[in-house]
Amino acid sequence: MRRTPWSQRFGLSGRGLVVLLPYLWLMLFFVVPFVIVLKISFADIDLAIPPYTSLFQWDEKNVLSIKLNLNNYVFLFTNELYFKALINSLKVALVSTLLCLLIGYPMAYGIARAKPATRNLLLLLVILPFWTSLLLRVYAWIGLLKANGVINNILMALGLIHEPLAMLYTPFAMYVGIVYSYLPFLILPLYANLEKMDWQLLEAAEDLGCRPWQAFYKITLPLSRNGILAGSMLVFIPAVGEFVIPALLGGPNALMIGRILWDEFFSNRAWPVASAVAILLLLLLVPFMMWYQGIQARESAGAR
Amino acid sequence: MNQRRSVFIISCVAFGFAFLYIPILSMIVFSFNASKLVTVWDAANSPTLKWYRSLLSNEEILDAAWISLKVAVINASGSVILGTLAGFGLSRFTNFRGRFVLNAMATAPLVMPEVITGLSLLLLFVALEQLIGWPAGRGITTMTLSHMTFSMAYVTVVVQSRLATFDTALEEAAMDLGAKPLKVFFVITLPIIFPAILSGWLLAFTLSWDDLVISSFTSGPGSSTLPMVVFSKVRLGVSPEINVLATLTISVVTLIIVAVSFWMARSNRIERAT
Amino acid sequence: MAVPAGPASSNPSQPVKAAPWRDPNAKPYVQIERVTKSFGDFKAVDDISLKIYKGEIFCLLGASGCGKTTLLRMLGGFETPSSGKIYIDGEDMTDVPPYERPVNMMFQSYALFPHMTVEQNVAFGLKQDRVPKAQIQERVATMLDLVKLTDFAKRKPHQLSGGQRQRVALARSLVKRPKLLLLDEPLGALDKKLREHTQFELISIQDKLGVTFVVVTHDQEEAMTLASRIGVMNQGEIVQAGTPSEIYEFPSSKFVADFVGSVNIFEGKLIEDEPEYVRIGSEELGGTIYVSHGISAAPEATVWAAVRPEKVFMSTAPPEGSDNVVRGAVQDIAYLGDLSIYLVKLPTGKIVRVTQPNTSRHAEAITWEQQVYLSWDATSPVVVTR
Repeated sequence: MRRTPWSQRFGLSGRGLVVLLPYLWLMLFFVVPFVIVLKISFADIDLAIPPYTSLFQWDEKNVLSIKLNLNNYVFLFTNELYFKALINSLKVALVSTLLCLLIGYPMAYGIARAKPATRNLLLLLVILPFWTSLLLRVYAWIGLLKANGVINNILMALGLIHEPLAMLYTPFAMYVGIVYSYLPFLILPLYANLEKMDWQLLEAAEDLGCRPWQAFYKITLPLSRNGILAGSMLVFIPAVGEFVIPALLGGPNALMIGRILWDEFFSNRAWPVASAVAILLLLLLVPFMMWYQGIQARESAGAR
Repeated sequence: MNQRRSVFIISCVAFGFAFLYIPILSMIVFSFNASKLVTVWDAANSPTLKWYRSLLSNEEILDAAWISLKVAVINASGSVILGTLAGFGLSRFTNFRGRFVLNAMATAPLVMPEVITGLSLLLLFVALEQLIGWPAGRGITTMTLSHMTFSMAYVTVVVQSRLATFDTALEEAAMDLGAKPLKVFFVITLPIIFPAILSGWLLAFTLSWDDLVISSFTSGPGSSTLPMVVFSKVRLGVSPEINVLATLTISVVTLIIVAVSFWMARSNRIERAT
Repeated sequence: MAVPAGPASSNPSQPVKAAPWRDPNAKPYVQIERVTKSFGDFKAVDDISLKIYKGEIFCLLGASGCGKTTLLRMLGGFETPSSGKIYIDGEDMTDVPPYERPVNMMFQSYALFPHMTVEQNVAFGLKQDRVPKAQIQERVATMLDLVKLTDFAKRKPHQLSGGQRQRVALARSLVKRPKLLLLDEPLGALDKKLREHTQFELISIQDKLGVTFVVVTHDQEEAMTLASRIGVMNQGEIVQAGTPSEIYEFPSSKFVADFVGSVNIFEGKLIEDEPEYVRIGSEELGGTIYVSHGISAAPEATVWAAVRPEKVFMSTAPPEGSDNVVRGAVQDIAYLGDLSIYLVKLPTGKIVRVTQPNTSRHAEAITWEQQVYLSWDATSPVVVTR
């Protein structure tokens, strides 16, 4: 039945006001900064505070000249290191996403099929790590993976190895760290999607002769597509720009774009270069972000 | 597949949870380890509370914790206001100018890498300082403003999803009985969605408390937060005091989460029965 | 034709009120004037005009999607008509928001405020009007007493049963003594026994308080029991408005005849058309239908004769002196305890529905495949031209 929502009819004469505050806030603190980053990316490094030159210059004849220094971008495109870092970041993010799916899908599925009481407990257990500090949990892996860490100690004590395995400061450690940190981000939206599934569809399929694995492949998987995509985006996009995990677990050789940005900014004080990196990273990720928005819109439209 | 819990699924779930919790448990266990090497168990002197004593008298950590607390509380409270407004507006007003933009802005921080957000906010503050002299230098103010910007995105999502299952007939009934729309919001809607708002507050608090990257970009001299201090210690390797910090953090978080979950489950039961 | 009775009166010493809708001088309490409501291209309510009188229980009856709830919501102020006007007690209320209307609504889901007690729920409306506290207490207590929920005053909605919640919703919507009470499928959520009981309670309460009711329902039994008048709706229009017996015995179209109760409809053409009678030739029937009243229809027009199942007599021996007789074989029997439904197949293939009360416990049962004679009185068929 069609009805007009009351909020539309009596438009809280403050209807505009309600959304105005968050709108202005986000404009100022979210959008405007990006414009500034863009501007700085065209600047030159300067030994000044702040350490970049101005783009706009007025001369005596009231003529405004705008200098767009493209060197930063040229530098990034021609320097092999950055290109490698970008590719590596994408690769790491992609692999991590797939690993998260591999571990997380069965978990989300298991929780969605569990009895309501068990389900709530399991959900609680998934959410709990999410609420404890990421930093501390990544730190935990340092203790587990290092040369005289817990895992090596146990393996040595059991006689399975004679020399400690080099796990810390390797790509392996980074994957473990990312998968570990982002797993709840994949499980939760996927669970939300699976929970809405009508399990009787599977029973109907089996009744018609489908085997459990086939039923899963033909029915459950396609229906959970939105959940898979949403969860994957929530892992992939931030993982590309991840900094903390490569810094703590990846070692000095871990080439991740997030780390590059950080180092350019804090170590080299090259703000314009860092800005250019940020812009490129942003341009790379915006299509994925829009894809994510699209998925969310479709999911909520489907739910209605 | 009704009652047949697949062995495969159960073992996957068990493995997954083991994966999630073994590191946490290991941190807790080794917080009682006397050895400074943390991961080498000193059977002779352990278990011990000496690192607990050491942590709780560590000035640097305590100061940082205090700053983190201040920022987190202000951030959570501010984010809840912004997020509730945005969440309410986006879920109820289906058609207004700028809706698409607001929706995009309010949900982008959820997926944006923090290095980008952090850098952009810092550059904003620098530019503002040049332009109008405020904010003068970076510190608690700039950190709090930055945290609020990304926290409100989470609160918006929480509030929006709560309102999606809210029965608007309750609001129509209130209006039918004579209450004007604004009154309806404060007397009917708000009290009923309060648990969601509270969990939004807790979420924003936690995000701020744990935040490293954005804080690093937007903090100033003398305003180091707890994660920043932890990070600088941890870059050098393991430290027993950090294990203690982890154990304390996890314990407090667990207690709060369990308590809140019980309360939310109770009020859900009540509303569903109505 | 007897004048149908007006709104029911439970007080026998009070004379039955004459039907105000028959009095051309009576002022309507609610006047809906050419109201249309469109959602985009879709017309939910199409040019409806209706007069409702004070003290009536008026039921809007129709299937889902017919527009009855939209019309109700417009009366409540939750929708604004796209065109047309609504007057309540003489005042133009078309654009007035719900919180400024002297109208209250009882919602289908009851919409009880979960975070307030029964008392607080009922008192809510009075609080909005800034009624003094003492008065609120008194009026709430009276109302709770009327719906027999005094002992539950301090409970919260989730601690009540479905029937109790319904009574709280009713109390809450009546405590402000509104000019008009709107009820959206009030009995839908109740089980059969409770529904019957509540139907009579509703009528009793309405009569006691004298409030005008407008009820929306898809359940014709509910409409027939509650209503002083029914408005049958289809696709945004009111196809017929009248008392329950008018609607049932004198439907104005095939749709109404078929919608309210069960009916046998025979399509045919006018053979003889006289002022005192008509004869219709029907192929479906395989014979003619003799109707002892005149109708107005074009010559050679296709008409439909509607005969209610309870007005068809079934016998094993040919009936004497009836103008309408036809033979058939019993195809199906449904035994419902108080009555039985027989589906009789005519030689033409048409199936006729006959209901007979089981008046005797040891009646010679008519059984399947049995050859029977069906007949009906010449006054029984209703002839409709659309």
